[in-house]
Amino acid sequence: MNWDWSAVSDFMPHFWDGLLVTLRILVLGSAISFVLGLVWALLMRVPSRWVTWPVGIVTEFVRNTPLLVQLFFLFYVLPEWGVTASALTTGVIGIGLHYSTYTMQVYRAGIEAVPAGQWEAATALNLPLRRTWTAVILPQAVRRVVPALGNYVISMLKDTPMLMAITVLEMLGEARLFSQETFRFTEPLTVIGVAFIVLSYLASLALRALERRLAH
Amino acid sequence: MTSGLWELVLKGAWVTVQLLVLSALLATAAAFVAGVARTHKLWIVRFLAGLYTEVFRGTSALVMIFWVFFVLPPAFGWQLVPLWAGTLALGLTYGAYGAEIVRGALVAVDPAQQEGGIALSFTPWQRMRLILLPQAVPEMIPPFSNLLVELLKGTALVSIMGMGDLAFSGNLVRLALQESAEIYTYILLIYFVIAFLLTRAMRGLEKKLKAQVGKAPRKRESALPEPAGIGGVR
Repeated sequence: MNWDWSAVSDFMPHFWDGLLVTLRILVLGSAISFVLGLVWALLMRVPSRWVTWPVGIVTEFVRNTPLLVQLFFLFYVLPEWGVTASALTTGVIGIGLHYSTYTMQVYRAGIEAVPAGQWEAATALNLPLRRTWTAVILPQAVRRVVPALGNYVISMLKDTPMLMAITVLEMLGEARLFSQETFRFTEPLTVIGVAFIVLSYLASLALRALERRLAH
Repeated sequence: MTSGLWELVLKGAWVTVQLLVLSALLATAAAFVAGVARTHKLWIVRFLAGLYTEVFRGTSALVMIFWVFFVLPPAFGWQLVPLWAGTLALGLTYGAYGAEIVRGALVAVDPAQQEGGIALSFTPWQRMRLILLPQAVPEMIPPFSNLLVELLKGTALVSIMGMGDLAFSGNLVRLALQESAEIYTYILLIYFVIAFLLTRAMRGLEKKLKAQVGKAPRKRESALPEPAGIGGVR
């Protein structure tokens, strides 16, 4: 094992660049998956199989196929269809879409866990459907699902390196570029490996604190 | 698409299936060893198993694959065949997730079962093998089924290392045809079909295992002669 600390210090500026990109992917991807997941979950409750079947099939398909191939699909096919977006945008959309099929199930469970009495009370008070959702059901459902959503943010963090395959320079992309220039593989890869462990540990601590707050 | 290109895709699918089976076997072994070790009475065993799960769950599968491909060879002076390197990285990573499933299912078995085993003076190994695992394993199947689909999706990562799996063959066909929508749709469909079959098989397995809980193990023929008509009652 030949470990060279000077290679580590050479890599660090690239590492911080990569970390920023990783965090940006994570924040934007989470935002997309939270919103889109809620949209899927609500569409699945539309009382018409013309809506629920297509949504169900598409989300099932996206959930059970590799994110990597989906990224390739978006990256190479969208330009053929005349849609041009930067690699980062494509990646964020891809990862957000992929995880929205998971958050959708989380929301569904949260909505189903709202006691039936809440629905009945809303009906008894003659609340319009829109207000039943926005003022009664969703505030209670979303509160319940925050910890589960947080878990998906952590798994999304661990999937961000896949964006390297479509030329996004996040942490792993920076590490690979650095390795190709300097022929040092051990140091950059170990640095980002440790960085992932630290990041996901910090995220799980933050999540646990949030969970405790919400429990009260 | 020509038949030659289809052959390439099928070869890729075969590599994916091989990698899936091998890494699923390694992951299952790692999951059971680490999951059972986390319920051990010695703290050092629990600590080591916990360290393994936290480290491998904490890091990204793709980073782990890069590490196995690029850092292990110079560090230890040997190079793994790509299939085994991929198996090692994927099996250990997903095994760490599986260890949590195993531990959770073992902890969820009614404590009275464990106490009953102690009262009957079973050894710890007998309690694990004859009492805890038969009840815990059926409960593990649904989460394992989800994990298996995640593992299938994870196998696509080795294509980044140039291993000729399904995702890699998709890239080759795209380069050959200069056209991507069709081939990637086929590739995604093949992955979807494999995932569907896996889920189905796991559901069947779950049903079979659940039906066995609470039944006496099948008696071996001629092990114990049946006592003929105890007390004259038949």
